[in-house]
Amino acid sequence: MALSAKAKQALLGPLNKNNPVLVQVLGICSALAVTSKLEPSLVMAIAVTIVTAFANVIISLLRKTIPNRIRIIVQLVVVAALVTIVSEVLKAFAYDVNKQLSVFVGLIVTNCILMGRLEAFALGNGPWPSFLDGIGNGLGYGWILVVVGFFRELLGSGTLLGIQVVPEVFYNMGYENNGLMILPPMALFLVGIIIWIQRSKYKDLQEATN
Amino acid sequence: MSLRKFLDNIKPNFEEGGKLHWLYSTYDAFETFLYVPNHTSKSGVHIHDARDSKRTMVIVILALIPALLMGMYNVGYQHYLSIGVDASFIQTFIYGLLGMLPHIVVSYVVGLGIEFAMAQIKKEEVAEGFLVSGMLIPMIVPIDTPLWMIAVATAFSVILAKEVFGGTGYNIFNVALIARAFLFFAYPSKMSGDQVWVRTDSTFGIGGGEVVDGLSGATPLGQIATSDVASFSDFSFHSVTGEVLNLWDMFVGLIPGSMGEVSTLAILLGALILIATGVGSWKTMVSVFAGGAATALLLNALAVNLIMEMPPLYHLFLGGFAFGAVFMATDPVTSARTEKGKWVFGFLIGVLAVLIRVFNPGYPEGMMLAILFMNAFAPLIDFYVVDGNIKRRLKRAVK
Repeated sequence: MALSAKAKQALLGPLNKNNPVLVQVLGICSALAVTSKLEPSLVMAIAVTIVTAFANVIISLLRKTIPNRIRIIVQLVVVAALVTIVSEVLKAFAYDVNKQLSVFVGLIVTNCILMGRLEAFALGNGPWPSFLDGIGNGLGYGWILVVVGFFRELLGSGTLLGIQVVPEVFYNMGYENNGLMILPPMALFLVGIIIWIQRSKYKDLQEATN
Repeated sequence: MSLRKFLDNIKPNFEEGGKLHWLYSTYDAFETFLYVPNHTSKSGVHIHDARDSKRTMVIVILALIPALLMGMYNVGYQHYLSIGVDASFIQTFIYGLLGMLPHIVVSYVVGLGIEFAMAQIKKEEVAEGFLVSGMLIPMIVPIDTPLWMIAVATAFSVILAKEVFGGTGYNIFNVALIARAFLFFAYPSKMSGDQVWVRTDSTFGIGGGEVVDGLSGATPLGQIATSDVASFSDFSFHSVTGEVLNLWDMFVGLIPGSMGEVSTLAILLGALILIATGVGSWKTMVSVFAGGAATALLLNALAVNLIMEMPPLYHLFLGGFAFGAVFMATDPVTSARTEKGKWVFGFLIGVLAVLIRVFNPGYPEGMMLAILFMNAFAPLIDFYVVDGNIKRRLKRAVK
């Protein structure tokens, strides 16, 4: 199935040059909080993608009937309902991860990316482009989380998805896990480094200096 | 062939069109390091002064030498004390020299390597800022810090604390202290406790021996932070072998601690050099000491526990207080620039350092955090000093 140019832009744009985390700098709080291990980062990425996609579709379907003055409340109800479903599913099937993510599953409600996409995209576009836009933004947010979670777990704990990957020989030779990687500030450094790489690749994203 | 002639001979290779032009920054760095550059300004009015930043940096290095030599001697002294061998002065010093040299080499190779590469990429002159930072980093870490950790920390701080801000002169935080903070949070087991401050193994095959019984390598600040003695009059600091240390030992610097920061005496010699040449601000130094002493006195008056009772002089002599006051707080880039601002900046560093030491037993060394914290506030302090001056003059003019 070929996608139209506009649909392609809605899906792929947020992965790269219109990334919600790197370019719009949204959703930073959860990016710092849940990425100390790879597994919660993955689960969080999937959860946010699902919620964003379906919230986008529902709001897009309702966009002609929602009175403008109470649209934020309607959006919140939809998002909160979806988040509750995701949270219950996680509790039922992935209890450990749910405990690691703790409040941050519930806090998807307040994730700026969600409300941002609903306001900026779903209210003005049909359900199909909105769905693609939701998937795109969710994945755009998600891949940053996964990359950050990958490096933080690898360098901070020497494991990946809980499995030891740094060989014992290294530790015997004097290698040590980097404790700073476990602390939230390091996530900020890593996001900063990714932004740095992206901006040096796409010069048009660089702000003008005075 | 003289060095000057050699430099002139190879210069064409590095100029525009030469086959080694891509290494011009590197050539230029060495040429201007060895000889006074003969470039003249092309526009505007300039005041001629011999003190360019390369000479400034060299003076700071000179001022660091007493503390460096004393630190080397102390590394050896603590080692021979811990294995119970009565070593000669030369032997002691050589042990310390060999112990410290690899740290200095690693710090310079990694830091300067990144600086040269960055300058080359940006096609700029190599900035001289790392000349001092590279010497400071090995001096503020324990002797048993693994070399690869120093390499990682140096790379981290040069790239993320300096180059991303635009290089030398644009950094917000002191580069050497960021390296130490990185080590402190990333590898706490190698930066605190009682195992890392005294090297008990041999270095390059010399100074081997059995460790004496009952060895305790905790720093004096570590000792008082973990002590359960109720009042300071019953408390005494002790050396690695358990002998009581007095204030004079701490002043001279024969105590366990980071390599270069133990000897307050040697640091004050360095301070004299900095003040006499006008490179370091005496206002910052004096106000750091004043802030620390005032806070310690205040806490003495309110004392309810052991560490609150510690007299001011101990605070000033122990840990990195003096080293931070003389060599870190005065960093011209990250300190306050206005003369009045320097008083405030320094005083608050002293206050914070003592407060962190006393009220946060997890961080026996508050100096690092205090200076980094105030680095962030230096522009704000300057803003209010300048703003206050503008308002005062405005009032005078309007009247």
